[in-house]
Amino acid sequence: MIKIENLHASIDGKEILKGLNLEVNAGEVHAIMGPNGAGKSTLASILAGREEYEITEGSILFEGKDLLELSTEDRAREGLFLAFQYPVEIPGVSNINFLRTSLNEIKEYRGENPLSAKDFMKMVREKSTIVELDSKLANRSVNVGFSGGEKKRNEIFQMAMLDPKLAILDETDSGLDIDALRIVANGVNKLKTPQNACIVITHYQRLLDYIVPDFVHVLFDGKIVKTGTKELALILEEKGYDWIKESAAV
Amino acid sequence: MANYTENELAKDLENQEYKFGFVTDIETDKAPVGLSEDIIRLISSKKNEPEWMLSFRLNAFEVWKKMTEPEWAHVHYKKPDFQEITYYAAPKQTKKYESWDDVDPEMKETMTKLGISLEEQQRLSGVAVDFVMDSVSVATSFKEKLKELGIIFCSFSDAVQEYPELVKKYMGTVIPTTDNFYASLNSAVFTDGSFCYIPKGIRCPMELSTYFRINAGGTGQFERTLVIADEGSYVSYLEGCTAPQRDENQLHAAVVELIALENAEIKYSTVQNWYPGNKQGKGGVFNFVTKRGICERRAKISWTQVETGSAVTWKYPSCILKGDYSVGEFYSVAVTNNYQQADTGTKMIHLGKHTKSTIISKGISAGKSQNSYRGLVQIHKNAQQSRNFSQCDSLLMSDQCGAHTFPYIECKNPSAKIEHEATTSKIGEDQLFYCMQRGISEEKAISLIVNGYCKEVLNQLPMEFAVEAQKLLAISLEGSVG
Amino acid sequence: MYAVNTTQVNKLSQLLAPLDRSSLSLEKEKMQDLQDFLETANLPTTKDENWKYTRLTKLSNASFSGSQNANIPFTVYQDAYRIVFDNGKLVRKDAFNGCRSLTELTSHELTQLKPNKVIFDALNFVYAEDGIFLDVYGDLDKPIEILHLSNGNKVNNIRHYIRVHSLAKAEISLIFSADEESKSFSNIVSEIHLDNGAQLVINKLQVERGLDVNISREKVTQHRDSVFTMNTISLDGQFVRNDVEISVQGVNAESNLNGVYIVREQQFIDNHTIIDHQVPHCLSNELYKGVIFDKATAVFNGKVFVRKDAQKINAFQSNANILMSEDATVNAKPELEIYADDVKCSHGSTTGQLDEEAIFYLKSRGISDSGARNLLVSAFVGQVLEKIEHEDIQTFISKKLQERFGWEN
Repeated sequence: MIKIENLHASIDGKEILKGLNLEVNAGEVHAIMGPNGAGKSTLASILAGREEYEITEGSILFEGKDLLELSTEDRAREGLFLAFQYPVEIPGVSNINFLRTSLNEIKEYRGENPLSAKDFMKMVREKSTIVELDSKLANRSVNVGFSGGEKKRNEIFQMAMLDPKLAILDETDSGLDIDALRIVANGVNKLKTPQNACIVITHYQRLLDYIVPDFVHVLFDGKIVKTGTKELALILEEKGYDWIKESAAV
Repeated sequence: MANYTENELAKDLENQEYKFGFVTDIETDKAPVGLSEDIIRLISSKKNEPEWMLSFRLNAFEVWKKMTEPEWAHVHYKKPDFQEITYYAAPKQTKKYESWDDVDPEMKETMTKLGISLEEQQRLSGVAVDFVMDSVSVATSFKEKLKELGIIFCSFSDAVQEYPELVKKYMGTVIPTTDNFYASLNSAVFTDGSFCYIPKGIRCPMELSTYFRINAGGTGQFERTLVIADEGSYVSYLEGCTAPQRDENQLHAAVVELIALENAEIKYSTVQNWYPGNKQGKGGVFNFVTKRGICERRAKISWTQVETGSAVTWKYPSCILKGDYSVGEFYSVAVTNNYQQADTGTKMIHLGKHTKSTIISKGISAGKSQNSYRGLVQIHKNAQQSRNFSQCDSLLMSDQCGAHTFPYIECKNPSAKIEHEATTSKIGEDQLFYCMQRGISEEKAISLIVNGYCKEVLNQLPMEFAVEAQKLLAISLEGSVG
Repeated sequence: MYAVNTTQVNKLSQLLAPLDRSSLSLEKEKMQDLQDFLETANLPTTKDENWKYTRLTKLSNASFSGSQNANIPFTVYQDAYRIVFDNGKLVRKDAFNGCRSLTELTSHELTQLKPNKVIFDALNFVYAEDGIFLDVYGDLDKPIEILHLSNGNKVNNIRHYIRVHSLAKAEISLIFSADEESKSFSNIVSEIHLDNGAQLVINKLQVERGLDVNISREKVTQHRDSVFTMNTISLDGQFVRNDVEISVQGVNAESNLNGVYIVREQQFIDNHTIIDHQVPHCLSNELYKGVIFDKATAVFNGKVFVRKDAQKINAFQSNANILMSEDATVNAKPELEIYADDVKCSHGSTTGQLDEEAIFYLKSRGISDSGARNLLVSAFVGQVLEKIEHEDIQTFISKKLQERFGWEN
C-alpha cells in the first residue's frame, strides 16, 4: 500500500528524518513508537503533505503513485487520512457542512456521484455511533468547544465517514482517559478491513492493548532502529527507550 | 444556509467578472448636467412637489454650499466634480403602470438578470419589492395587501404626495440637512427612494425589500429612505444594490433614516454589491451613505450589512439610543478585493439609561485593497448602566492589502460597561491544511473558512439574503489567495 | 501637519512672544525652517485627529514669564547618576562616561538632533534651553535619574538625546515634579536610539501637583535585536500629554509599553502611543490602565502600524479604564493599521467601574467600603506596576500611592 524508502527530511535546515524505511501492506496495522523528538509526528506531517518540511532524499509510493508529487488534498482524495494530534478548530463551519464538502469533493475526484442530503445524514447517524459521538456535536462548529476526548473521537468519526485506504493516527491516544481511549480504539478496530491499513503513532504502549498491531517499529533519531511484533511494545514499556538508545548508539 | 457552499458555489465561482455589468437601453429623461438652485427647482417641479419639500431642498443646498468634502476617512480617491453629475434621470414614461404586465419588457429583463424578477418574488417568496431604477420607483407590489394592515410601503415621491404629514413630521429628524456633506447633498437633490410606515402594534408579516441600481451613465444616485415603526410594531427591511459596469466613477449618496418609537423594532439588512471597479482599480461606484436610526424607550434597531461592492465605501449605519432600555445592533461583513477601499463601521450613541449595543464587524481584505473599521461608542452622562460590546475582526488574504481598526470609545458614565476587542490575522494555515487533508480544495477551503468566520453576521440575515450574501462573498474573493 | 486656521486668533504667537530663541549652536538652516513653520502654524484644535480629545485652552490662556529656584524635594533611586533640571536649567549633573549636556556640545555634534515639523517638537527645538546628550556603551553600572522640577510659571523647553550603543544596557528614569503653586509649561522632547542588541528601560514618572502643563514626546528608533521598555506612570498632573513614538527599524526587536494613569480633581491626562513596525519578526506589547476620579478626564490613543512586508509581527495592545465618579470621562482610541498579512495583532479596550460583587465580598469579610475599593484599584493597576523591574521605582510609586490613598502595596 505504502512504501517509504530512505526518506530524509528537514525543517529550517535541521534534518529530522535521516533515512527512514517503511512498508505497509493492505490489512496491516503498524505501530510507530519512539521517544520525544524522534521524528514521529514529522513523519505523519510529511505523509499528509505539510509544506514546511523539505524532502532532501528518498521516495514514497502510495498505491503505486509518487505521493510526494501529489497535493495535500489529492493525497486525501487518493485515500490517505491523517488523524491530527491537535485537531484544528474552524469557527462558524459546522462539522456536517465540513464533512459533506469533504466527502463530495473526494467523490467528485473519484468520478462518483455526490451523496444526497438524506443519504448523507443517514451515514452521519450510522457512523457517529462507531465512536459514540453525540449527534449534537455534528451541528457544532468543527472542533470548537470540543473537549480533548471529543476532538479525538471526532477525528475517528471523520475517518469512518471518509473510509480511507490508509489511516495515520498521530498520537490519537495522548490526553485521553481510559474510557475515551477504549472508545477511540474500538472505533478504529471496527473500521479495519483486509483492504485498508493503519499506521498508529504513539508514545505509550497502552493504546496497543486495544489496537493490536501486526508490527511495532521503534523510531529513533530519524530512523527506524528496531522492528518487531507487539511484544516489542511490552519490552519498551518495561525497559523504556534508553535501552534502544544504547543499542542504537553501539 | 449550510447547504449552500456546495456545487452551486463552484458554478458561481466560474463567473470571474462582475456579474451584473450590463446597461439597460431605456430612453431616459435626463436633467442638464450640473447642480444649481435651478436644477433643484427642476427636480422638485418634475416631481410635482409641494412648496415645503422644495424649501427643504433649497435649505439643504444652502448648507451644502458652505461645506467641504470630508477627508478624515482612510480612503483615497479623486473627488467627484459635483458640476459634472446629472442629478435627475427618470425612465421616460407618461403614466404609471396599471399592472405588472404593463411594465417595459426591457426593464423586466433587467430585473431578471439581477435575479430578482418581480413575478418570481411575488409568487415564491412573499417579499414585497419596491424597485428603484435610476431614482424613480417603477413598480410596487403587495401594496394592497400591506394596506389592509395599515402598512404604508411606497416610493418616497408617492409618500410626499399622499402622506405629507408623516413625511414632514419625520424627514430630517434623525439626519438633519446639516449633518454632513453627502447627507446635505442628498437632501438637496434626492430624486426618489422608499418610504415605510408600520402602524402601532402591527407586526409586518413579510420582509420589505428594495433593490437599488444605478443605470444611466454619469448619473448620481441620491435616494432617500424613511422607515417609521410606530409604537410596538416590527418590520424587517431588506435593501439590495447592484450597479451596471461603467468606466467613470459613479456617485451614490443615499440617506436612510429609521425611527423606532416606543417598543418598536426595525431590522434593516443590506447586501451591497455596487460595481467595485475592474481588476486594475478603474471605475466603480463611490458609495457615500448616511444611515442612522433613533430608538425611543425599549425600542430596538438592528443593522446588518454585507458589503462586497463599490470602489470606495464610506458608510456608518448608526443608532441613537435615546430611550431608556433601547437596543442597537450592528452586524457587518465588509469584503474588499483588488483596489477597493472601504471605511465603514457604526456609531452607537447611548443617551438613555440601561441602553445596550452590540457591534460585530468582520473585515476581509484581499488583493491590493484597504479595509477599515471605524466605530464610535459614546456613553453620555445620563446613560446609567449602559452596555456595549464590540468585536472587530480582520482577516488578511494577501500581503498587498491593508486592514485597519479605528475605534473611538467615549465614556462619561461610570456605571457603563464597554468592551472592545479587535484582532487582525491571516487566514489560518492550520485550518487550510486541515481542510485540505480532508480532500477539500484550497479555494473551497477558503470559502468555507471565510463563511464560517462571517457566520455571526450572516446568521442575522433573512434566509434568501443569506444565501445571496454567501455567493457574493465567494465571488468577491475568488482568486484572492496569495 | 496642522492646518493654519486664519479665523482664529493666533494663540501660538502669543505663547511664543516672551520666549528667547535657543542659545545653543543649532543648525541655522533647520532653525530657520522651523521658525518659519512656527510663524504660520497655530496651536492644534480638537479638529486635528491627533488632538481630538485634547483642548489646549489651558495653554493658550496662560501667561508665562521668569523663573525661580525650586527645592530638590526627593530622589527615586538609592544609588544613581543624578541629573536635575530646575525650571529648565541644569543644576546638577553627576559625572559619568558618555553624559554631556547640550551646552557642552559642538555645533557639529548638535546636528544629530532631528526635530520633526510638528508643533511642539519644532517649538522645543527652536527654543531649546538645554538637555542631556547621552551615549551609553556597555552595561551602565547605575541607573540614571533625570529630575525635572518646576515651581514658577515659565516655559521649559528641554531636549534630551539618548543613544544606547550596540549591546549596551541602561535604565533611565525621567521624573517630572512640580510644586502646588507651579504653573509652568514643560515641553520636553527625548530622541532615543537603540542600536543593535541594545537594551533600554525608561521610567517616566509624572507627579506634578501644581497647575503645570506637561507635553512630552519620546521619539524612539529601534534597531535589530534591541529591547525597549517604557513605563509611564502618571500619578498627578493638571494637563499631561504624552506622545511615545517607536519606529521599529530592525528585525527581532521587542517593544514594551506599560502605563498607569491615576488622575483626580480636574486633571487631564492624554497618552498617545505609536508603534510603527517597519520590518518583520518583531514583537510589541502594550498595556495601559487608568483610574479616573472626580472630574478628571483620561485619553488613550494607541496606534499600531504594521508596514507592508513587515511579516511575522506579533503586536498586542490592551487598555482598561475604571471610572470612579459620575463626572469622570474617558476617551479611548485603540487603533490598528495593518499592511502585511502574516501577522497576529490584537487590541482590547474596556471601560467600567469596580466590580460591586467583589466589593460586597470584601466587605462581608470585614473590610471597609473605601478599603475594599482601594484594594481593588491597587490590584487593577498592580498588574501593570509589577512589570516594573527596579525595586526603587516600585517603592517610590507605592509610597506615592500610599500617601494618596493609604494603599498598601
